[in-house]
Amino acid sequence: MTGAIQCIVRRDLLLAMRRKSDVATALLFFVIVASLFPLGVGAEPNLLRSIAPGVIWVAALLSSMLSLSRLFAADHADGTLEQILLGAAPLSLVVAAKAFAHWLVSGLPLVLIAPLLALQYDLPASLYGVLALSLLLGTPVLSLIGAIGAALTLGLRGGGVLLSLLVLPLYVPVLIMGAGSVEMAAAGMGGQGQLLLLAAFLVVAAAFAPWAIAAALRISSE
Amino acid sequence: MNWFWYASPQTFFPLAATIARWSGIAAVVLALAGLYIGFFVAPTDAQQGEAYRIIFIHVPAAWMSMFLYVVMAFWAALGLAFNTRLSGMMARALAPTGALFTFIALWTGSLWGKPTWGTYWVWDARLTSELILLFLYLGFMGLQAAIDDPRRADRAGALLAIVGVINIPIIYYSVQWWNTLHQGASVSLKSSPTMAAPMLAGMLVMALAFWMYSIAVAMVRVRCIIRERQ
Repeated sequence: MTGAIQCIVRRDLLLAMRRKSDVATALLFFVIVASLFPLGVGAEPNLLRSIAPGVIWVAALLSSMLSLSRLFAADHADGTLEQILLGAAPLSLVVAAKAFAHWLVSGLPLVLIAPLLALQYDLPASLYGVLALSLLLGTPVLSLIGAIGAALTLGLRGGGVLLSLLVLPLYVPVLIMGAGSVEMAAAGMGGQGQLLLLAAFLVVAAAFAPWAIAAALRISSE
Repeated sequence: MNWFWYASPQTFFPLAATIARWSGIAAVVLALAGLYIGFFVAPTDAQQGEAYRIIFIHVPAAWMSMFLYVVMAFWAALGLAFNTRLSGMMARALAPTGALFTFIALWTGSLWGKPTWGTYWVWDARLTSELILLFLYLGFMGLQAAIDDPRRADRAGALLAIVGVINIPIIYYSVQWWNTLHQGASVSLKSSPTMAAPMLAGMLVMALAFWMYSIAVAMVRVRCIIRERQ
């Protein structure tokens, strides 16, 4: 069973390494979206400091969503998905492994690069840790919830736009807690409450989302 | 009594017509009664003047918008559990009505907000979660519309509705917390804690009218879906 998980994660990572541009595009999108906001709202440092957590989090949401449609599409196109569905390994474990690989490729880089954006927005250095931690806890939830949407919209026309319509409302709690933790920390009250809630979201999503993803995949590939 | 007797679209088809007719009549009668109470019997509010009368539409619409999502998710879950065709059709038939009531609640709310709060829109916790509810309805309808195979559309929509209904409390509480973090509750929908009896009566009658209306249009829509598919 762990063999199947390792195999899927290694395979997805290998595929991502062979197509580096896909990974780089999502990351670049994150940086560009976050860099556009000062151009739109003006470069006033106090304003930028106050909107920074929200902007970085929204950019992370959009960027993690961009790569979602590819989560199952290639496997669906070349028939790998059918083999996985027919295979002996439990489907919910396999999709959990795929969501984990998706997070390693699309979520973890955001965590690592977010402090750089925080620097652009002139956030105090003491907040970098909270920001990175909130993204570290929140982005896996995005991958897990997003995978449900990706499985439901598999092979549909206009799937990408539809996916955002399905998934973005469900991202709202993560966005609120993620950006809220940084704002609370900036206000000097510590963001532990929000971080703990994010961790709770992660636990709940990790426990239940794989079943929903597996059920959605079975529905989509009947 | 065999509860699954009416689970077949063929046997349900004539029953739906009967239900639609009677609940439609009930909706018209109740709406007339509710509007009469609302406009002529209920007293003018001491603080808000005549503008408060929009609650006779607004509050029942908001109740129905949330209630219908739960009903939709209930049919969706039933459909996934028992694999009955009719359940998916019911969920599909309820979605547009739910979205309509959500929109009406938002619209009338903003019309009420202008004279009372001085603004059409505030990022109040309830308003925001109602807006997200509208997005959830639209996502459900969008997903069903994008899938050509009706069986797959029903099942995919059902899964989405169940995921949504689990998320609604989480969304509601996080939005509420988010709002109280940013600012104190400067505006509250609970403007009149002690409500005059005719006001409450008018609201409840209108809620019943909307309920009957939802049943009637859902039945009509189910009949259309059954006709389309068979």
